[in-house]
Amino acid sequence: MTTEVVIKTDKLTKRYGDFIAANEITFEVYSGEIFGFLGANGAGKTTAMKMLCGLSTPSSGDATIAGFDIYSQTENIKKNIGYMSQKFSLYEDLTVVENINFFGGIYGMSDQNLKFKKDNLIETLGMQKEAKKLVGSLPLGWKQKLAFSVAVLHEPKIVFLDEPTGGVDPVTRRQFWDLIYAASDSGITIFVTTHYMDEAEYCDRISIMVDGKIKAMGSPAELKKTYGKPDMDGVFTYLARQATRSGD
Amino acid sequence: MPDVVLNNILKTYNKGEIKAVDDVSFSVKDGELFGLIGPDGAGKTSIFRILTTLLLPDSGTATVNGFDIVKEYKSIRKKVGYMPGKFSLYQDLTVEENLNLFATVFDTTIKENYDLIRDIYVQIEPFKDRRAGKLSGGMKQKLALCCALVHRPKVLFLDEPTTGVDTVSRKEFWEMLKRLKQQGITILVSTPYMDEATLCERIALIQNGKIMSIDTPQNIIKQFPEKLFAIKSNSMSRLLHDLRNNRHIKSCFAFGEYHHITFENNSETESNQLIQDLHLQNHKEITLKHINPTIEDCFINLMN
Repeated sequence: MTTEVVIKTDKLTKRYGDFIAANEITFEVYSGEIFGFLGANGAGKTTAMKMLCGLSTPSSGDATIAGFDIYSQTENIKKNIGYMSQKFSLYEDLTVVENINFFGGIYGMSDQNLKFKKDNLIETLGMQKEAKKLVGSLPLGWKQKLAFSVAVLHEPKIVFLDEPTGGVDPVTRRQFWDLIYAASDSGITIFVTTHYMDEAEYCDRISIMVDGKIKAMGSPAELKKTYGKPDMDGVFTYLARQATRSGD
Repeated sequence: MPDVVLNNILKTYNKGEIKAVDDVSFSVKDGELFGLIGPDGAGKTSIFRILTTLLLPDSGTATVNGFDIVKEYKSIRKKVGYMPGKFSLYQDLTVEENLNLFATVFDTTIKENYDLIRDIYVQIEPFKDRRAGKLSGGMKQKLALCCALVHRPKVLFLDEPTTGVDTVSRKEFWEMLKRLKQQGITILVSTPYMDEATLCERIALIQNGKIMSIDTPQNIIKQFPEKLFAIKSNSMSRLLHDLRNNRHIKSCFAFGEYHHITFENNSETESNQLIQDLHLQNHKEITLKHINPTIEDCFINLMN
């Protein structure tokens, strides 16, 4: 982990009419860091993430993502990030190889680089036998590991993971975090949301959103100390219970 | 007779290629809160659909509230409430219209069983004129539960009611279930969250269509066959790697702040040797302690 800043936001705000979904959020994320972005349903996580990915224009405030401006350089942002969610990540009707080719193509990877990365990825995941199978036929755990590997195929500066491990079995969930650690070691910044509080402990730093604002930020150890709670579940529950808006 | 009984239920898809439910037998007692615990794809939803008479098994028998799932399916449908994993209410109807519809279908009124749903309904009542499709996730979940309860079912089937829900809302949901149980309703609930297992009276751990263990959470924890330890150091990701390659270690999994480990021979000397090894590998601030397993430890152990 270095101190190079890859995400910097300053009073980033998104309003929908009278409703302030994200309210002046300010934070920095460093290169290679595993940053946990926590919050209860409806706290504003998805809204904030959409802005950070260049998919939604903020109402006010500033941000730079991988060095690019969140208003004027959204296309550059998209090229320099990866994204995966629990709900949608790969095309179920395409095979493993077809999905890799498709996403490699979208990100403009050269044929030579793509072939090298593809062989590498299939070997690392041990999916030689499944390479020509439809993604829809794979078990969820495999899909999620594949989706993550595809999201970092083009070596983005940052990868956004939206509840990547929901519903996954406990062993695969841990293998998934091995992949996250490996990506982080190779310098990719990980921006991750999760409802599993044990996974919050694996993050270098965490922010907790409540009612559209960032209520707490720090390493898991710092947060536990500040709030005098034995674990992250205690910290999260304490803060989330202070929410007043009837959220999502 | 128990409220739910399954005998050797088998369900396959793709002409037998996929065994979704593989020879599953268990029973849920009258008034019991029973949990089916397992990841996506374990077969939980197929079991729910078979018991709610929406899907026929390939073989095996089952009864719900004493009625056969094949021959007496109509009687079962009157007696059960079902909240599917996927939100299945009418998105274009309002909160109140949905609830009224379900009450009418079951030949009752909201008023008649209001005491049963009151606790839950008051939380969504301020939005009773809002269309269901416009509700937030947590509100949809509460409305779906109300609709499943409005005819005062004898048996309630809840398929992953807390998936994708934050930990605070999950705790509140389980509080609601406890209160429903006190009203004498038998509840079969499924969840991929292992920490919710201890909130059930009995659980079945399920993986790949097969039941790995059925018992009270406490007994399942007692049956964990090894001595379990928690360990941490100043460098957790390196520690995980070093533990996996250590000759004394049998199993090692990350568990939040600590890694959980078991030793090859369950002997005291091994833990001393391990700490020596880790010191040599430059780990600092090492803490090693004996702990009680969680359901997730048991699940992982049974999977291997």
